[in-house]
Amino acid sequence: MSVESWGRAFGYDCTVDEPDRLSGVNLVASSSRGTAIHGCGRSYGDVALNDGGRILRTRHLDRFISADWETGLIRAEAGMSLGELLAVAVPKGWFLPVTPGSKFVSLGGAVANDVHGKNHHKVGSFGAFVTDLGLLRSDSGRHTLSKNNNPDLFSLTIGGLGLTGFIEWVGLQLVPIVSPMMDVENIPFANLSEFFDLSGQSEEWPFAVAWIDCFAKGDGLGRGIFTRGRHSTRPAKLVAHPEKPGLSWPGETPGWVLNKFSIKAFNALYRRRSGARFCGQQHYNSFFYPLDGIAGWNKLYGPRGFYQHQSIIPPEAAQEGVTEQLRAIEAAGQGSFLVVLKSYGTETSPGVMSFGREGVSLALDFANRGARTQRLLRRLDDIALAAGGRMYPAKDGHMLPRTYQTSFPAWQDLEAARDPALMSSFWRRVTETGAKSTA
Amino acid sequence: MTSKNKNYGLVVLGATSSIAEAYIRLVAKERGSNLTLFIVGRNAEALESIAADVTARGAGNVVTRACDLADIDDPATLVAAATGELGTIDEVLIAYGSLPDQSKTQTDPAELEKAFQVNFTSTAIWLQAFANVMTEQKFGRLAVIGSVAGDRGRMSNYAYGAAKGGLERFVQGLQHALAAYPNVSATLIKPGFVATPMTAHIEGRGGPLWASPERIAADIDKAVKRRKLSVYAPWFWWGVMTIIRSLPAAILHKTKL
Repeated sequence: MSVESWGRAFGYDCTVDEPDRLSGVNLVASSSRGTAIHGCGRSYGDVALNDGGRILRTRHLDRFISADWETGLIRAEAGMSLGELLAVAVPKGWFLPVTPGSKFVSLGGAVANDVHGKNHHKVGSFGAFVTDLGLLRSDSGRHTLSKNNNPDLFSLTIGGLGLTGFIEWVGLQLVPIVSPMMDVENIPFANLSEFFDLSGQSEEWPFAVAWIDCFAKGDGLGRGIFTRGRHSTRPAKLVAHPEKPGLSWPGETPGWVLNKFSIKAFNALYRRRSGARFCGQQHYNSFFYPLDGIAGWNKLYGPRGFYQHQSIIPPEAAQEGVTEQLRAIEAAGQGSFLVVLKSYGTETSPGVMSFGREGVSLALDFANRGARTQRLLRRLDDIALAAGGRMYPAKDGHMLPRTYQTSFPAWQDLEAARDPALMSSFWRRVTETGAKSTA
Repeated sequence: MTSKNKNYGLVVLGATSSIAEAYIRLVAKERGSNLTLFIVGRNAEALESIAADVTARGAGNVVTRACDLADIDDPATLVAAATGELGTIDEVLIAYGSLPDQSKTQTDPAELEKAFQVNFTSTAIWLQAFANVMTEQKFGRLAVIGSVAGDRGRMSNYAYGAAKGGLERFVQGLQHALAAYPNVSATLIKPGFVATPMTAHIEGRGGPLWASPERIAADIDKAVKRRKLSVYAPWFWWGVMTIIRSLPAAILHKTKL
C-alpha cells in the first residue's frame, strides 16, 4: 500500500507489517529491499519509508515494561508515543526530559532520530536521558545496550535512524514536575542580532525558541518572537493533555491558497496578535505542542505536500550563515510559516550520528513547488555546509549524498553497524547503495 | 452504581485481543489501584506483558491465567479461581474469538465445528457460568463481544456469522433470565471493522467505517456502565446493518457480500 511521509511530498509503495507484540517481530523481509522501521510516521521525509520494500510499523508495541513512579525511571516498548507516555506520567508528577514539537512521536523514533527540544541549550538531546535500550538484530538476536554495555552499538543506535537493529524498548529517566503549567515569556524582537542578544540573556531559562517572519527585509531581517519558559514550580493539579486534538484540518488546501501574500498576511497577524507579547502561564500542551491541536495540519500544503529544511550552523559562523539563509529564502520568494530559530548547547547525548550540536538551528517548511523548491533547498544546504553545519535527517527529503556524507562523517560507521535486514529510502538515497530514490 | 473508590474485580477472557487490551487500559486509567484484574488467554508471555503494562499504569493487582478458553473441561475450575482471586466479581468481559476461513469451513467439517466451538459454544458456557456467580452474589456486569456479522447470514462469512448470531440469541435469553436481578446485566457489543494488527494488510483500512480498538473499548465502557442490552460499536453500524438486514434476498443474492 502507499505510505506517505508527514511532509506528503513522498508517497511510496511499501508492504506493511504491524506486529502486535515483540515476540511477533520479524525483521527479514521477503524482498531484497529490506525493512524500514516505522513509528508514528511523523518524519517529514523518507527516513522511515522504504520505496518498493517493507515497513514494520511499531504502533501496537506500546506497552510499559516497567515503571518506577518513585524514581521516574520507565521502560516501555518502542511504539509508545510520547503523548501516550505523558498521559500516564504527568498525573504521577513526571515529564519528558526532552520533547520535540510534537507528542505524536514514538519512543523508538525519538531514539533513532535522537530528537531535541526547546531545552537543547541546557540539556542536549533525547539520547542523553536514555538509560538503556533493547535492540533486536537479525544476525545476532537480542541485546541490552547502555553506556556501559556495548557502548559502541549504543551510541550508534541513538541517532542511528533505526538502522542498527530493531529498537524493542527504551529505558528513560523522566524529570519531576509539580504542575502541568509552564511559566512563559514571549518577547518580540526586531532583527537577527536582537535574537542573539535575547538568546544570550536567556541562558537561565531551560526552554527557549524563536519564531521568525521570513519576509522581513533589510534592518528587520530575522525579526520575530522569542519564547522562553520553564516548568512552573507552583504546585497545581497534574492534568495531562486532552486525548483528542481540538480541531481537525478540514481537508486538502488548494495549492494556490498558500502564496507569498497569504503567508505575509499570516506573519503580520501572528506578530501582532495579543500573545506576541505575553508573560504568564501556559499548559505544557500548548507550549510544547501547538500544532498537535490541529489533526492533519500537514494537509495545509495541498496535494503536493511540503518539504522541511532544518539546518544547524556552529556558533562562530551562525549569525552570518543564518542571515545568508534568510536572504536566500527572500530572494527565492518562497515564504514559510513555521520558521523556527533556536540556539543549541553542547551535545550531551552519546549519539554518534545525532543532529544536535552547539550552534544555531533554522527550521523552515516550504510547499512543494517542484524544481523551484528543490533549488532553494539545495541553496540552503550549501550555505549550511559552507558554514560547517548540517541538515536534520528526520526532516530531510532532498539532501544530496555528498552533502550528507560531508556533514555526517561517521556515516560509514553506521553503515558498518547497520543490520543487514534493515534499509530505508533515506539511507539508499544518501549513501547511494542500491537503486536511487525517485524523489 | 459502582463507586470508583472501592475495589473492583474485573475478569477478562481473551485478554490478549486488541479490543480487550484497550479496554483493560481504559478501566485501569479510571479505577487505578482499586482495580483487580483476572486476565485469561492462551499466550502466557503476552498475558505477562499486559500485566506489567497495566501495573505500570496504576492497576492494583493483576492475576494472569494461561489456558485455551475454547477447550473447556470444567468451567467451574476457572470460575472458582477467579472468585478466589477477586473475592467478588464485579464485571466479566468475554473478548476472545477467531475469524475462520469461510471457504475452509465449507470443505472441512472439523473447521466448521471449531468455528462454532470457539465463537459460540464455549462463549455461551462461560457466559452462563459467570452469570450463575453474579445471580448468586446478586450483582455484576457481563459483557460479550459479538459482531455485525451475526446480523445476517452472508456468503462471505456465514460460519462466523452464524456463531455470532447464535451468541446474540443466547445473550437475549440470558438477559430475559437476568431481568429478575436488577443489579445483574449482560451486554452484547457488536463491533464493525476494527483496525487491529490482523487487519494491517487490508487496503482501505483507516477509511470511515474503520474504528480503533480504543474507540470500541470506549463504547464497551459506556454500554456496560449503562447496562445496555446490545450496542453496535461504533453506533453507525446500526444504520448500516439495518439496511443489510432489510435487503430482500433477491437483491442480496446478486451481491458478493
